[in-house]
Amino acid sequence: MDILIYGTINSVALALMALGFALVYGISRVPNFAHGAIYVLSGFLTWTFLRSLGLHYALSIFLTMVIIGLFGALLYQFVLIRVRGMAISEIIASYAMGLAILEGLRWGGFKGMSYTLPVFIEGSFSIGGIPVDYQRVLVVGVGAAIVTSLWLFTHYTRLGLALRGMAQDERAALMLGIDSDIMAVVAMAIGAMLAGVAGVLLLPLGNIVVEAGYNVLILAIAVCIVGGLGSWMGAVLAAFIIGFAQILTVVYLGSHFQMVVALLAIILTLILKPSGLFGMQKQLEERV
Amino acid sequence: MNTEQRRRERLDRGIKIRTDGLYALMSWRELSYLTVPRLVLIVGMLALPVMVPGMYWQKVVTIVCIYALLAISFDFLAHYVGLVSLGGAFFIGAGGYIAAILNATYGLPPLLTIPIATVVGAIICTVLLLPCLPLRGVYFAIVTLMYPLMLARVIEALDILGGTDGIMGVDSFANRWVEQYAVIGMVLVALFAVRRLVNLDIGLVFRAVMDNDQAVRASGMNISYYKAIAVFIGSALGCLSGACLVHIYMWCGISLFALDFSILPIAATVIGGGGTLVGPVLGCLILVPISELLREFGTLRIVFYALILMGFIVFRSEGLMVYGERKYHQLQRWVNV
Repeated sequence: MDILIYGTINSVALALMALGFALVYGISRVPNFAHGAIYVLSGFLTWTFLRSLGLHYALSIFLTMVIIGLFGALLYQFVLIRVRGMAISEIIASYAMGLAILEGLRWGGFKGMSYTLPVFIEGSFSIGGIPVDYQRVLVVGVGAAIVTSLWLFTHYTRLGLALRGMAQDERAALMLGIDSDIMAVVAMAIGAMLAGVAGVLLLPLGNIVVEAGYNVLILAIAVCIVGGLGSWMGAVLAAFIIGFAQILTVVYLGSHFQMVVALLAIILTLILKPSGLFGMQKQLEERV
Repeated sequence: MNTEQRRRERLDRGIKIRTDGLYALMSWRELSYLTVPRLVLIVGMLALPVMVPGMYWQKVVTIVCIYALLAISFDFLAHYVGLVSLGGAFFIGAGGYIAAILNATYGLPPLLTIPIATVVGAIICTVLLLPCLPLRGVYFAIVTLMYPLMLARVIEALDILGGTDGIMGVDSFANRWVEQYAVIGMVLVALFAVRRLVNLDIGLVFRAVMDNDQAVRASGMNISYYKAIAVFIGSALGCLSGACLVHIYMWCGISLFALDFSILPIAATVIGGGGTLVGPVLGCLILVPISELLREFGTLRIVFYALILMGFIVFRSEGLMVYGERKYHQLQRWVNV
């Protein structure tokens, strides 16, 4: 029973971490190696607004989201757009950006145990005898809400449809008058905000540490590869597979092996089905 | 209104056009045109330990050479085979641990541990990276990024291979001159050997794999096989530098998997000019001393590399060496239009 409950919570958390990466890669084909850094940055921004400036919690989260979204858009507009399509430069530029943020935060003194965000709602209740605190319930709720609203957004709004058009065929989208650069900026802003949402929701469960940035990046990439790079539904499904696999290893083998699960998942996927669970149409293109 | 404008005209030096062929041996001028840049590099590298003041800077020269080997490996993999490796630390760690275990546990001398660590480490790295070789795209970068982080954590968690304390009591080189000239010699040999390699037939295949893998496949060659050979060569260079590093530090621990080893060679390659192989060495000669001067700033150094790296790759992606080479081969003059 506790495997089921905590497995679900862990899976939704993974899905939240991975959605932003999957969205950006799916739309603009830019692997955003700064994803983990954005996740941690959002935690620190909220902390700064909340503790140093003494703002209300909801207001500081709102401000963080705005800043993170803008940051993502600017990062794309001024840096990544210049190297788009050059695989080596894309990877190096975004990875360098992520490193600069993470190591800058570490240098700025954000390390140790003192940086924690409060949970939104205190307290816990029990399902079938297992205590679950409200923050984790909220993670599952918000995760489900985000997945649903992303689906609605991409199927029923003009902007969402344009983004999907870009993801499917960029040239056809250009012919229909969709500006691919603007769309990619929008996608990057949304992707950064999704990373921010994940950070603000998940970081209250523990300390804010810089190392989380690397872990989140690895987990997000693992989820995206297993699900098929660029496929959003694949990412959600893969998050459940990896999430339950992680909880099972923690229960039966010990928590040291939790991160190894992600690596094994990537290696197995690359050996067995390199295009991932839902990456069918790209199989020819990526498998040489 | 004055419509006359001046324009800068660029011409290839006639000597360059002739020296591209076999006729370079015709005159002293042409011979020196070709050999002087190479001699400057070789003599400069060999003279470096004697010229720098003090023991401390001699140590820095050694570290420069370690990074230069890694940077040559990165440049070879990225610009001649099209595989971006974000995990130089993985190669360093593999070579370093093997050399340290062989030396500290089994008591082999450095003369044996370094070659063994190079070959065995390269085999291990290649086997571990095999799954992502048949694929194009970002997979290689992702997997190489993950291995060093993962291995550091596994060693820490399971407390194997010395755990967080590392392996103590690794032998050093005979004396500091042997140490320095050994690594400098390795850099020079690696540099010219890789340059030879990429101009051989197999080098052409490597470049073809990078540019158009379907065409290589259509010619009946196995891409994964060639990529595996390239990864073996690249990781052998990395493992060699790792094995030398543990004998220089006389210690081996999880800091071998640190980010510095992954990011500095990339930064050096981008600054020095990717695809030239000499560029990365030049980049290391610039970056490592700067980073020694900035030692007191701690992790801010990584921020500094990362920002330089981003600036160069976005705004000046050709790098110093490509620029310098172009200037060396071209005449410039003002002409009236």
